[in-house]
Amino acid sequence: MSPSASSREYGSLDRTVDQVNVEERAARFTKRSIKNESKIQGLCMALAMCDLTTLEGKDTEGKVRQMCRKARQPVPNDLQRILTDRYQMAPLSVAAVCVYPNLVSTAVDELRGTGVKVASVATGFPSGQYPLEIRLQDVREARSSGADEIDMVVNRGALLQGDYDTVFEEIAAFKAACGTAHLKVILETGEIGNYDAVRRASRLAMDAGADFIKTSTGKIQPAATMPVTLVMLEAIRDHYYETGVKVGMKPAGGIRTAKEALHYLVMLAETLGDDWLTPDLFRFGASGLVNDLLMQLAKQVSGRYQSADYFSLD
Amino acid sequence: MRTVVRKTYKMLIGGQFVRSESGRSLEVGGVNVCHASRKDVRDAVKAARAACSGWSAKTAMNRGQILYRMAEMLEARSQDFSDVTALQDVENSIDLLVHYAGWADKYQQCLATVNPVAAPYFNFSFAEPMGVVGVACGGTTLTSMVGAVAPVLTGGNTCVMLASDQTPVMACVFAEVVSTSDVPAGVLNILTGIQGETLPHLAQHMDVNALAVHSEDARSNGLLAEAAENLKRVSFWPVGEARDSLAAISTFQETKTVWHPIGL
Repeated sequence: MSPSASSREYGSLDRTVDQVNVEERAARFTKRSIKNESKIQGLCMALAMCDLTTLEGKDTEGKVRQMCRKARQPVPNDLQRILTDRYQMAPLSVAAVCVYPNLVSTAVDELRGTGVKVASVATGFPSGQYPLEIRLQDVREARSSGADEIDMVVNRGALLQGDYDTVFEEIAAFKAACGTAHLKVILETGEIGNYDAVRRASRLAMDAGADFIKTSTGKIQPAATMPVTLVMLEAIRDHYYETGVKVGMKPAGGIRTAKEALHYLVMLAETLGDDWLTPDLFRFGASGLVNDLLMQLAKQVSGRYQSADYFSLD
Repeated sequence: MRTVVRKTYKMLIGGQFVRSESGRSLEVGGVNVCHASRKDVRDAVKAARAACSGWSAKTAMNRGQILYRMAEMLEARSQDFSDVTALQDVENSIDLLVHYAGWADKYQQCLATVNPVAAPYFNFSFAEPMGVVGVACGGTTLTSMVGAVAPVLTGGNTCVMLASDQTPVMACVFAEVVSTSDVPAGVLNILTGIQGETLPHLAQHMDVNALAVHSEDARSNGLLAEAAENLKRVSFWPVGEARDSLAAISTFQETKTVWHPIGL
């Protein structure tokens, strides 16, 4: 493949990441004091940014339908009523559901006319170790089933070999296959090495046409961490300064508590500014997070610490 | 001439010795102890909830062994209590723990029943632990403290114990016994402070399944109303009154009844 396919020489970085600085800075975002009123706003915002996800071998149509119903109306009626009356919150829904390609049509069917998007993982998720044609076909199938968003995995093998042109051209090909669907590029930061590699992969993905960059599949530990997300947010910022294009961010995997979600929102606001505080440009890939957000919302309005017994299991 | 190293008495939450997250402390009898806050209560309940499935799933015999191990450790550390209570009190506590250790694999036989029903079903009931139980200790003896938590633990519940306002140091020394025995982290959490502050938070908490109130001073009219929100079972225990062990254990048990079809 010709090196001219990519606009940048990715072997050398524009700048390297200072590991100590990035970890210290990420840790500092967790120390902000957030007052009650802002906390409620933040929890609702985080809820609206969730990609409710199920990516298991045991997923069934029934489970996906149930999850879609939760996606349409995650907040129990009594709690929603309080949020509307006291805090003028419009009825909340999550941003999207995220499923395997086989279950996209079920989700589309269940979410028609609701504004909740359907995202599908594709390109041989989670490993991506399949021939290019099969991965492209994976994207086309998900598209034709009605997916609004495609979460693709990068070719980590090629990335680690330093074969950046291949990675670039593959992402560009998937972007073309996506058509109008949004492309989220999963870097799988737990597999690609250090922060420099994360920054390099982020820039490469954005140059190749990613609408979102995403940390992880959720199948590999460590998944999303705050320092890794910070490195990616800074790459998004630099990309924006250079091109004027706003690329979205999706930390996924490992974010289970409302407290962590608020920390991420603080980091987002202080790194990229208020423009990014929208589900169009920031998502949480999570399954367990939604319940904790609901429990914390209920706690904020009732003053009582909540129990998982009173919230749905999935 | 050396300077005596003074001990910091800490609370036991999730198997860890911690200070109050609030940083507050209280002076009780010339000793500084932690002054637990609402968030400490929350952390303790969280730890107790996390420990619940593991503790209740242990075999009855295993739970008995662990309670017995607690008695062993109490025996070995009985001198640690010399500043806070009489040796006789410690010995009574050890005996009480051994007594409850024995009950661990026996109460089920006493509580479970086979029920006569006028239909083709094998109908039986048995006791299951309620889950997380909050215990507000009363009295000034170690025996009363052990007597308050032992029936809760014996039955497979996990416990958030609020030490009596008068004897926080004794509770802290007892926490050291607990953590050096085989009790899994989070099964027994021990908070010190003022029960008048912490007990209402425990009563409000939706993830607490039952409350056992042994202290006189923490009883307030609002307590039952707060506890009613998630139908907590609240029991009041007069200090120093002799009680039936089986009745005490069954106070923290929920009855499950199974209708098993037969003859079909």
